[in-house]
Amino acid sequence: MSLQPAGTDVASRAQSVIDEFKGLEGPLLPILHGIQEEFGYVPSETVPVIAEALNLSRAEVHGVVTFYHDYRNHPAGRHVLKLCRAEACQSMGGDAIAAQISQALGIGFHETAKDNSVTLEPVFCLGLCACAPAAMLDGEVIGRLDADKIEEIVAEVRS
Amino acid sequence: MTVTIYVPGDSGALALGADKVAKAIEAEILAHGVDARIVRNGSRGLYWLEPMVEVATDAGRVAYGPVSAKDVPSLFDAGLVTGGQHKLSLGDPEKIPFLAKQTRLTFARCGITDPLSLEDYEAHGGLTGLRNAVKMAPADVVKQVTDSGLRGRGGAGFPTGIKWKTVLDTAAEQKYIVCNADEGDSATFADRMIMEGDPFVLIEGMAIAGLATGATKGFVYIRSEYPHAIAVMSKAVEVARSAGVLGKSVLGSSEGFDIEIRSGAGAYVCGEETSLLNSLEGKRGVVRAKPPLPAIQGLFGKPTIINNVISLASVPIVMDKGADYYRDFGMGRSRGTIPIQIAGNAKHGGLFEVAFGLTLGEIVDEIGGGTATGRPVKAVQVGGPLGAYFPRALFDTPFDYEEFAKRDGLIGHAGITVFDDSADMLKMARFAMEFCAIESCGKCTPCRIGSTRGVETLDKVAGDIEPEKNLALVTDLCNTMKFGSLCALGGFTPYPVMSAINHFPEDFRPVPVAEAAE
Repeated sequence: MSLQPAGTDVASRAQSVIDEFKGLEGPLLPILHGIQEEFGYVPSETVPVIAEALNLSRAEVHGVVTFYHDYRNHPAGRHVLKLCRAEACQSMGGDAIAAQISQALGIGFHETAKDNSVTLEPVFCLGLCACAPAAMLDGEVIGRLDADKIEEIVAEVRS
Repeated sequence: MTVTIYVPGDSGALALGADKVAKAIEAEILAHGVDARIVRNGSRGLYWLEPMVEVATDAGRVAYGPVSAKDVPSLFDAGLVTGGQHKLSLGDPEKIPFLAKQTRLTFARCGITDPLSLEDYEAHGGLTGLRNAVKMAPADVVKQVTDSGLRGRGGAGFPTGIKWKTVLDTAAEQKYIVCNADEGDSATFADRMIMEGDPFVLIEGMAIAGLATGATKGFVYIRSEYPHAIAVMSKAVEVARSAGVLGKSVLGSSEGFDIEIRSGAGAYVCGEETSLLNSLEGKRGVVRAKPPLPAIQGLFGKPTIINNVISLASVPIVMDKGADYYRDFGMGRSRGTIPIQIAGNAKHGGLFEVAFGLTLGEIVDEIGGGTATGRPVKAVQVGGPLGAYFPRALFDTPFDYEEFAKRDGLIGHAGITVFDDSADMLKMARFAMEFCAIESCGKCTPCRIGSTRGVETLDKVAGDIEPEKNLALVTDLCNTMKFGSLCALGGFTPYPVMSAINHFPEDFRPVPVAEAAE
C-alpha cells in the first residue's frame, strides 16, 4: 500500500504533461488540454504545479482555466454528449430535440446522470449547419437528429 | 486497373454515416473480389446528398447519393465500380446544377482530391502559386495580393494586401502568420470544409504569406469543436514538412517557414483576432484595444498577419492565375468569389462558391431551394450570430459587403441560416443577447452587462410588461452596445436584435385576443 500523501501522484502526472508541452511558444492552453486529457478534468491541485513551471501566479492560471468553456473542474460522466444550441440547429427544431434528449437522459445541460453514464453539454456550433440539428457524442459527430437517433444515443450511453 | 471509390471523410458526411458506408463498401469489395480502393475525400458541399459516393470510371466521375450503409450491397449489384445505374445515381457530379452553377476558385479541389495526398494536390494545380511566390520579391507578392482585391473573408472584409504590407514594412527579428480557424459562427462551415477537404491549400497560402512578409512561423488556431479538422491539418502539416514545402527551406529556397496547429478551448470570442492572439499566448481570451494593430504588435508583441482560413486559402489561386484573374470576378469593391454557406432550414443546404453579386433571393430560393420543411421562408440570418435577420422584402439585396451594410446587415463569413414561418423572432432576438452574455469576454461594460440587461428587457417584452417602453429601452441599449463595445461581439449583437425588431414587429407585439367569430 502506498504511503505517499494524496496529491503526489496528481502532481507527478501533471508534471509529465507540463514537460511535454513546456517548450512550445505560449504553452498554457496545450498544457491544460493535456491535463484534461490525462485526468478528464483540470484538478485544482494541478494549478500550483502549472503556475510554478510557467512562472505565473496561481491566480493567472486559475483565470485562464475558468475563462474557457472546455476546461472542467470536476470529472464528466463516462460519455459526453454535446448538443448544438446555435441558430442553424434551432431553425431545424433544435429546441424540441434538446427537450427530448434532456427528458430521455433525465438530466439538464451541464449535468451528469446519477449513474455517471453521461454528461450533457450545450455547444454553440459544430459546423454541421447544413445537416442540423447536430450533436457530438464522445467526439463522434451526429447530424439530422431525430427520434430514432436520440434513441440510439440513449442506448449507447446506457450500455 | 484499380478502381477508386470516393467516400467523403468530411465531418458533415461523417455525421450522416459516411464511416458506416465506407465500411460496407470495403466489405463488398472483398466479397466481390473487386480491384478497388477507397479514398476518403473532402465534401463537394452538397449536404442533402451526403454521404455522396463517387466512382472514377473511364468516362469520368459518377456519383451516388445520399448513400446509407444498407444501400451498398444493391449499389454493387447495380455495378457501382463501373458507374452502373441505381436509384441513387446522380450521374456526373459536376453536372448537378448546384455544382455546375458555381465558380470554384478557393474550393477548386475540395471533394475531388485525396486531402492528404500532396501528389494529388499538385496534379490538380496545387503549389503553383507558392512556386511563383518563391521566385518573386516579397513586395511583389504583397502587391499581387493587394491588386487581386481580396478582402478578409472572416467577416470584417479588410483588404488582405494592406494587412500584409504593414507587416512587410515593420522591421522585426520575428514575425508571425496566424490563421484564424476559430469558425464559431452558426451557419458557417467553409473553414472546416477546406481544412478537412483540401488542407494543403491553406498551408500553401500561409507559406506564401510567410515569404511575402518575412515571417518564419505560422499558427493555425482551430476551435476544439472541430476535432476532425485538427486531425487532418496536423497530418497535412507533417506531410508538407517531410516533402520540403514547410521547414528550413520552403521548396528549396533560402526562406524557411513552419506551421504549428493549436486547438482552441471553446470560447466564441477567440474568433476575434486580438482575443485569439491572447489565447495563443496562453492568456484569457480577452479582447485587446486597437491600436496597436496586430500587424505591428501582434502575437508576443511581434508583427503578425492574422487572416481567416478562406482569405489565406484564396491566396494560392491569386499567385497562380494572377491578380487580374481573381479581381475580374465580383462586383463593386467586393472582388473575387465568396464561398456562401446555405444552412439551417434549407432544402439544398451546402457550400456554394460564386462571384459576389447574386441577390439574397437567388441564393435562398433558387440555389437553396427554399426550406427543408417545405414551409414558407420567414427570415434568413446572414453572417452568423452577429448578423442581421433579413425578411423576404429585402431579398433583392446583392451579395456584396457594401450593399449589405447599406441594409444594416453584414456578410460576415457568408453563412446564411434559413428559417421557416414557425420562427419566433422575439425568441431569436433574445437568443442573440443571451449568446452575447454567455460568450462575452467581460472586458467592456456595454457587452458584458448590456447583453444581460438585453435578455431581461426582452423577457419583459415577451411577458407583455410595458412592451412599448421596453422595446424603446432595448433600442437605446443596442445603440450603446453598437457604439460603445470594444469588439464585434458586443458591437454587432445589435444587428440580429434590431433587425428582428424592425423587420418583424408583429412578433414583438402582444398576441391580440382573438375576436369572437361573427
